[in-house]
Amino acid sequence: MLVPTMAVLIVNNYLPMFGVFIAFKNINYIDGILGSPWVGFDNFAFLFNSGSIWRITRNTVGYSLAFMVFNTVLSVAIAVAINELRGRLAKTYQTFLIMPYFLSMIVVGYLAYAFLNADKGFLNSAFLGWFGIDPISWYSEKEYWPYILILVNAWKNVGIGAVIYIAAIAGIDHEYYEAALIDGASKAKQILHITLPLIQPIIVIMTILSMGSVFNTDFGLFYQVPMDSGALYPVTDTVDTYVYRVLMELNDIGMSSAAALAQSVLGFILVLLTNSAVRRINPEQALF
Amino acid sequence: MNVTSIRRENTVSPIANALLNAMFLLLALACVLPVLLVVIVSFTHNDALVNDGYRFFPTKLSWIAYESLFKDYSTLARAYVISIGITVVGTGLSVILMALYAYPISRQDYPFRTFFTFFLFFTMLFNGGVVSKYIVFTQALGLLDSYSALLLPLLIIPFNVIIMRTFFQATIHPALIESARIDGAGEFRIFFRIVLPLSLPVLATMALLGTIVFWNDWFNSLLFIRTEEKYPLQYLMLRVLNDVQYLRSNVQLAAQNPELMSNLPDESLQMAFAVVCMGPILLVYPFFQKYFVKGLTVGAVKG
Repeated sequence: MLVPTMAVLIVNNYLPMFGVFIAFKNINYIDGILGSPWVGFDNFAFLFNSGSIWRITRNTVGYSLAFMVFNTVLSVAIAVAINELRGRLAKTYQTFLIMPYFLSMIVVGYLAYAFLNADKGFLNSAFLGWFGIDPISWYSEKEYWPYILILVNAWKNVGIGAVIYIAAIAGIDHEYYEAALIDGASKAKQILHITLPLIQPIIVIMTILSMGSVFNTDFGLFYQVPMDSGALYPVTDTVDTYVYRVLMELNDIGMSSAAALAQSVLGFILVLLTNSAVRRINPEQALF
Repeated sequence: MNVTSIRRENTVSPIANALLNAMFLLLALACVLPVLLVVIVSFTHNDALVNDGYRFFPTKLSWIAYESLFKDYSTLARAYVISIGITVVGTGLSVILMALYAYPISRQDYPFRTFFTFFLFFTMLFNGGVVSKYIVFTQALGLLDSYSALLLPLLIIPFNVIIMRTFFQATIHPALIESARIDGAGEFRIFFRIVLPLSLPVLATMALLGTIVFWNDWFNSLLFIRTEEKYPLQYLMLRVLNDVQYLRSNVQLAAQNPELMSNLPDESLQMAFAVVCMGPILLVYPFFQKYFVKGLTVGAVKG
């Protein structure tokens, strides 16, 4: 029973793991992959000397942390608020809120383009005009992009994040609230002292899971939404887009594989660290 | 006081409720408006686009973008066929393979379950990275420009296998398997005749998740697909957005009727294309939402 899936795992996951030795080689097509000479850490030295390492690391980690904090706060807030709604509208709102999750980043790229397009986009042609602001050429001015990216990412993912917390809140025993009511606790107090503490384990688990991917970014968000615009690289270039560009456009296998390996190793260490930190605080909440 | 009256009493005040509703209405609008803008632009006449830009209330409407898209639909239709094919094959294979793996490691009496669980779990912790995968796929396996390269990376989602395992552990009682074995059923018979039919909810959820993943994937096409005839839908969309002329050159209308073509705004054409591509998933997702939410929460709550 296990055999077919083992085969897929080996080909898709384990072979590339052994393939990481590429990062220590100077690949040339005459000698082939196995025959190419070993160069030790030369590829990593090139990576560090190229100057982009600081930029891509800062962007990757910075955006990941910003997304994590911003999305978690918004998702929990929405879940708590939707739980307090009266009537049947809550389900309808939920349907709208998770809609963006089902769209691919390509579609999101189109949606962003409809707003940001320099001469015809909605923001420049209409919205900014209402406030008497001059048009902005969005795809070449980098100072706006951190906000745009955080906003787009939240737009796409907050709804689905909220769904998980809504389910967690639905699982809370009603007796807690009844007891609180008898003790005369206000709605705000109930949220603060019952709802939030009881969904806290879920928040911790979701945070551990996202901590592990702090060095990974949503390639589509950083590649397709800014339309791969060179002027924006200082604020949109992450490890994933960098690796892709160096591999596919510059064809530099050595440097891109060094960056990719560094990303995997750092991610691996980070998962272990977060998990052991959580285990020290509260063993029951650790993943393994 | 009985329970229902307590619950009724324990709600927010009408004013707070109205405020919350207003807030959610705004949030819902924020989710829908970008999609609406794209739809409206696709129907906007060239004159209105040139004069006013993209508007939610255009001054002049036109069908021309859709007319030209559908007049030469071969590129679009081919991409649709490829995407549907990959999604159907990929989802089917993915669900079967994941169930086949999840079931043995869910059984308490299976001696190697710890090893195989770890074998799966380790892939969540560490991966070789894109470059290594690219080299292995193209050089060692020769999958460049092959549809297998689009299927393989997405077949097994370790986290979903863990969810399935948890589901099997929770719903399939060991006594049930034991009694089937006493009745003379083999392992495969037990799996296909007892375990799978009892697990339809989780299988449906996984199928749904798989459908979305395969349908929306384009990164693997970006890496591995070179021939234009093999572009799946999402990748075709990427090309169209990044290169306006690409779509124009694929719409044969230009050769037949240059005058019509000069009136055809690139933007409407792009946006009409986007609408045609995202339409299906937008129409379908509300119906599957329930199962999808159920699946997500099984995974998260049981963690």
